[in-house]
Amino acid sequence: MSLTVRLRHQLGVLSLDIAFEAPPGVTVLFGRSGAGKTTVINAVAGLLRPQSGHIAVNGRTLFASAEGVNLPPHQRRLGYIFQDGRLFPHMTVRKNLTFGQRFAPPGGGPRFDEVVELLGIEALLARRPGSLSGGERARVAIGRALLTRPAMLLADEPLASLDEARKAEILPFFERLRDELDLPILYVSHAPDEVARLATTVVALQHGRVLRQGPADAVLSDARVTPLGLREAGAMLEARVLRHHEDGLTELDAGGTSLFLPGLDRAPGTALRVRLPAQDVMLAVAQPEGLSALNVLPAQVVAIDAGAGHDALVTLDTPGGRILSRVTQRSVAALGLREGRRVYAVVKSVAVAPP
Amino acid sequence: MDVGLGPAEWEAVRLSIRVSFVATVASLPVGLFIAYALARWDFPGKQVLNGLVHLPLILPPVVTGYLLLLAFGPQGGGGRVLEALGMPIAFRWTGAALAAAVMAFPLMVRAIRLSIEAVDPKLEAAAATLGAPRLWVFLTITLPLILPGLLAGAILAFAKAMGEFGATITFVSNIPGQTQTIPSAIYAFLQVPGGENAALRLVVVSIAVAMGALLLSEVLARRVSARVAQG
Repeated sequence: MSLTVRLRHQLGVLSLDIAFEAPPGVTVLFGRSGAGKTTVINAVAGLLRPQSGHIAVNGRTLFASAEGVNLPPHQRRLGYIFQDGRLFPHMTVRKNLTFGQRFAPPGGGPRFDEVVELLGIEALLARRPGSLSGGERARVAIGRALLTRPAMLLADEPLASLDEARKAEILPFFERLRDELDLPILYVSHAPDEVARLATTVVALQHGRVLRQGPADAVLSDARVTPLGLREAGAMLEARVLRHHEDGLTELDAGGTSLFLPGLDRAPGTALRVRLPAQDVMLAVAQPEGLSALNVLPAQVVAIDAGAGHDALVTLDTPGGRILSRVTQRSVAALGLREGRRVYAVVKSVAVAPP
Repeated sequence: MDVGLGPAEWEAVRLSIRVSFVATVASLPVGLFIAYALARWDFPGKQVLNGLVHLPLILPPVVTGYLLLLAFGPQGGGGRVLEALGMPIAFRWTGAALAAAVMAFPLMVRAIRLSIEAVDPKLEAAAATLGAPRLWVFLTITLPLILPGLLAGAILAFAKAMGEFGATITFVSNIPGQTQTIPSAIYAFLQVPGGENAALRLVVVSIAVAMGALLLSEVLARRVSARVAQG
């Protein structure tokens, strides 16, 4: 167990009452803006003092209102990657990177050269932040936090201010941090594709409360947990690249079912995660014929949750895992959908990485 | 008209520069501290402190000089404390420096405070999360970023000190070689027949020193902001 958080805090009209545990891996605080995500991560970093609660990392207490413990940020040993980078404008990239090194505890952790190579920022070392692009700045910010040898990384929507191309450039670095450095990461996001791609654990927040927390696939395929609303719901499946076809399509294997995607630049055998937006999953009660969609999965209805308006979210079991489909309540009635009913899920889009 | 400065005039110029320099350098740390407190901290009495700092800007200089005389004159409590410490200031050049420092203080604090308020506290928070203690954050982040403002404040204070007249003459009188700075000397020369030429020469010196300080501050500020610039 790496991080435990329990806190209450009143911030304007938002009353926060939050408790969660972040095991090793990437834990994503997921929710709309205003749900309290940044407040929570700032409380963990020590930049905001909650009215009450308890925060500990690897058994080390950072904040405990009952005992009057409140470590200042510089003693918490957490590497914080801010949305706006917050590089020091009067220092070169090299000085920015080494700023925290003198305070880092002795011992292991990645060395300067390794971090610079991992992030591909050798060419930037002599430059100043003002002359860097958004993506370059994001990479330097990651490196700067890493070089303090933190016990944990905090990232507050580090990709939110980047365009899609830059996002696609930076996301793999977070995957490598997760997979290669074995460093726990608390990651704030409101982007479903980022969550699907990075999260080991998801803590879904809404109006200052934890809706649900647990393994990413379980939380994302829970039809009752839609912190961004039905429209943005979507499940995540673990898949593997099977083969590349001559017509440019890539075949993935998800638990014995094939999924076809436009050409994917990954070697056969590569494990990856795909996201199936509920919006893009249609239902048919009979095996559809004469349909242009390539991905049709046999499925069984597990649950039907009516939304606030005329929508409904249908939870489905497929051989590849649990997925969600967003349909109208009229369709639910017209098709006679109910629990246990066998259907076919027509998947219109499968996203691997952020588009 | 003789364009060279006479010994009495030289004395006034040297004294003025020395008084203004000491006043500026000695009040800079205090000014920085108070400007930081006003810009970044919330504490009871903040508005009172702010008012006190600005008082010399609003009060008639003679009033400020008289208050200084009451507090630091031979009979004043502050004066006796300094005298016991071996630093008598009544009717000495150190007293002129104190008067100049007090009069220049509001300008200095304003300039520094504005530059501190322009530094994004988020940068300081980021430095703290990287493990830097508060003092280190101040020395490596805040201070370099406010350096242009600090310089501007110091130059402004120096210029104000060079021109200080009312509070100085009230507090420490107009003693040649001790407290007779350029403005006091000009005033004294104008009181005696035939002193106009000497007064005029000092006027020219005043303008030259003021322009020099201004140019120096421009050059320094440009050099610093090129180093600190975003680009």
